[in-house]
Amino acid sequence: MNRYPLWKYVTLVVALLIGIIYTLPNVFGEAPAVQVSSSKVTVKVDDAAADRIQAALKQAGITPDFTQFEAGSIKVRLANTDEQIKAKDAINAALNPDQNDPTYIVALNLLSRSPQWLSALHAFPMYLGLDLRGGVHFLMQVDMKAALTKKAESLAGDVRLVLRDKDIRHAGVERDGDTVKIAFRDDATRKAAEAVLGNTQPDVIWTETADGGLSGVLKPQSIKAVQDAAIAQNITTLHNRVNALGTSEPVIQQQGPDRIVVELPGVQDTARAKDIIGRTATLELRMVDESAEAMAALTGAGPVPFGDERYVDRKYGPIIVKRQVVLTGDDLDDAQSSFDENHNPSVALRVNAKGARVMQEVSRENIGKRMAILLFEKGKGEVVTSPRINSELSNSFQITGAMSTQETADTALLLRAGSLAAPMETIEERTIGPSLGADNIAKGVHSVIGGFLAVAAFMCVYYMLFGLFSALALGFNLLLLVAVLSMIQSTVTLPGIAAIALVLGMAIDANVLINERIREELRAGAAPQTAISLGYERAFGTILDSNVTTLIAGVALLAFGSGPVRGFAVVHCLGILTSMFSSVMFSRALVNLWYGRQKKLKSLAIGQVWKPAPETPDDKAEAKV
Amino acid sequence: MELFRIKRDIPFMRYALVFNAISFLTFAAAVFFLFTRGLHFSIEFTGGTNIEVHYAQTADAEKTRSVIAGLGFEDVQVQNFGSSHDLMIRLPAAKQGTKQPELVDQVFGALCSAESGQLSQHDAVSAQGQAESKKVCTTTAGAEPVVLSRSEVVGPSVGAELAQNGAKALAFVVIGIVIYLAFRFEWKFGLAGIIANLHDVVIILGFFAFFRWEFSLTVLAAVLAVLGYSVNESVVIFDRVREAFRRWRKLSTPEVIDHAITSTISRTIITHGCTQLVVLSMLIFGGPTLHYFAVALTIGICFGIYSSVFVAAAIAMWLGVKREDLVKVTLSKDDPSDPNAGAVV
Repeated sequence: MNRYPLWKYVTLVVALLIGIIYTLPNVFGEAPAVQVSSSKVTVKVDDAAADRIQAALKQAGITPDFTQFEAGSIKVRLANTDEQIKAKDAINAALNPDQNDPTYIVALNLLSRSPQWLSALHAFPMYLGLDLRGGVHFLMQVDMKAALTKKAESLAGDVRLVLRDKDIRHAGVERDGDTVKIAFRDDATRKAAEAVLGNTQPDVIWTETADGGLSGVLKPQSIKAVQDAAIAQNITTLHNRVNALGTSEPVIQQQGPDRIVVELPGVQDTARAKDIIGRTATLELRMVDESAEAMAALTGAGPVPFGDERYVDRKYGPIIVKRQVVLTGDDLDDAQSSFDENHNPSVALRVNAKGARVMQEVSRENIGKRMAILLFEKGKGEVVTSPRINSELSNSFQITGAMSTQETADTALLLRAGSLAAPMETIEERTIGPSLGADNIAKGVHSVIGGFLAVAAFMCVYYMLFGLFSALALGFNLLLLVAVLSMIQSTVTLPGIAAIALVLGMAIDANVLINERIREELRAGAAPQTAISLGYERAFGTILDSNVTTLIAGVALLAFGSGPVRGFAVVHCLGILTSMFSSVMFSRALVNLWYGRQKKLKSLAIGQVWKPAPETPDDKAEAKV
Repeated sequence: MELFRIKRDIPFMRYALVFNAISFLTFAAAVFFLFTRGLHFSIEFTGGTNIEVHYAQTADAEKTRSVIAGLGFEDVQVQNFGSSHDLMIRLPAAKQGTKQPELVDQVFGALCSAESGQLSQHDAVSAQGQAESKKVCTTTAGAEPVVLSRSEVVGPSVGAELAQNGAKALAFVVIGIVIYLAFRFEWKFGLAGIIANLHDVVIILGFFAFFRWEFSLTVLAAVLAVLGYSVNESVVIFDRVREAFRRWRKLSTPEVIDHAITSTISRTIITHGCTQLVVLSMLIFGGPTLHYFAVALTIGICFGIYSSVFVAAAIAMWLGVKREDLVKVTLSKDDPSDPNAGAVV
């Protein structure tokens, strides 16, 4: 009765092999490497780049351990740090002819020292979190309200355009919060406008107001689309900015509906990182108001005219700008520093199709007037430059003026770094020194090993051979858990390692239950083989129950936890699943292998089984079965 | 080796009232301390700034405190963290308008100049070959008197949300477990199990309130893990209760419960002992970051045993668990050949 069919043994052996293979990369440690990735959206890291890297390395007399190509980046593993630096310089020189405008990011990184065949099997070490590696972590909150306001503002602009196109005369279009309000002189015009807008603005709900106007709000699904687009654009923009840092493996992820996590391993300098990613700037192009009232407002002689705002130009001081937004940074495709026909430094801009249409129209009507480019940082706007429009513009145009090449380069960078769809603010920030990270790894690993050894030793002493089987099953559980964590590459943090230790402590419960049951069956007088079979069978229901309750808690942590709690929960849940498998099936397989074939089994090495003599309860007879 | 040689069932339920009184008193004390002293929440919940610095010499907390007070911060806590060389500086959440993330640089700069050092940008490659970029504090002699080992800045808005999510997680666990136990056993057991284990949770929190230990997210994770774990204990006992109801038809409810507890007590102690061994290892090797995590687990494990053995079963008894609650359905379903099927005692 205590024999397993062959397929069960095969399953276990396969699980063991997979466990060993995927756990293996974790024991090799890490080797220096150089990582090459693209710094521009238009450039892809491809085989040609790999060939150039190899050629460059050969020329420099460096033989890498191997070159690995995956997920849009090439990693070259090297023997030591000296070679690493040399290789980085060689690759950098070969791939980036213009050091000021690098096409590729060449960064130093660490790569598992495991042999190549393991990497070829996609067996990588566990992905360690920042608290174990050292680095900086930011949590950015995207200001969704601002994104919606901005959308409403551009919607108001669109409405003006459409109504003018269709020759429908309105008595003013304005934005109030997130709603667009249109005033009309008569009811017929309103009807006409409603029909036109219903067609051209499908994502807006228009309602008639009491005073004979129209008010429009975005449909709920459009609001969601705006917010999703905003966060997606912010992530892309952050990617561009972080690339400038040259960090090897930045993590930029969405967290929740309106947050973005940025993690930069290896970077300890928050100030520099923040300086680059924290440029939470949004860009807007608006017309400058040069009317008499505006001029009066500038000198302080009058109030700022209705529909205008007062900003400060970086160079020329206060300036009155219209509220209406002509273009936003979303429509800007590219900005480069260049020279105009008179060889004066200039900034060349290119806008998308919608932007081109708007620019053409606005510039045709406003030749000779000034247009301001505003940069908003944390809700505060500043005029970067306010050039005069000299001619009708199309999709590409230039800003010239008294600028140095440095200034044009700076302006271009600011404009190009991709504007954010909505402003962001850092709401959480962590830095962990690399030595502290290494320290944390050691502490976590010692906790796991210490706990494992203590439990294994106790089990062996208390349950003898069955204890040894339990300890082996526990080891198998540890192996599987590490293998699964390595396989899914989920981030392992210090609480995650603590969860590994805790899983070991909890998983042994199943084996204790089984062993106690077997002892009990023996005590009740069952034959050894029957006792094993009954023990496993009867304990299983209890094991299942107790694991389900633990799993409920684990799932709750997974669902509602964030940050460190999540890391804990992932390991906790996985650990419960692997422990079900290992403590029941694996230990049973060992027991079956050992005892299954012995037909005339007299006793089990499960430690002392003490039997109270049923007839005379006071008798202290001990029986070893 | 066998630790437990119990000849007769121990009459636990005879003392149920005493145990319940003890639990109630501990519980009341925990609630009292929770209300009077409150939990000492970590900055993850309250918002604020934590800075951990490592000094080459033995750290002088008093000096550091005065340096930071000189920067104009109020309510600054400075304490040793892990070793005598490490200090943990805790600043409260900044008022609206100040740029909190810049605090870290400001504080570290001040600490550096207090050690007559100078901050400089340092880009280097670690011994392993990872690029590092950080600010370092060096004296003219080239020594590094103080190193920034860790910093953490949390905005106040995150905290409220965390507390909310924590409460949601707790509610999810409680409801989930009650439903599962009700489905597996009977609602009385579900209720008894969850009351017993919530009482553990409150007691853990009471300990944290009484000693003013820092209550962080990791501790919250530990508390919820303990909740799931110690419900196990109740499950194991309830399992036995059901079995005993089936086997020994003559025993009264308290006797059945006594028998169930007695026959599982050795397993209870051994399992919790093993888990405690691991937690102990965490207490010893885990360092300051895992310290309170392990402490919470330790309290949870100890009270977990107590509550499952003495409280859960007793509550189930007060709730009036009867043989019919458990046996009737299962008999007719599982064992149609039973000659006593349908018989009610």
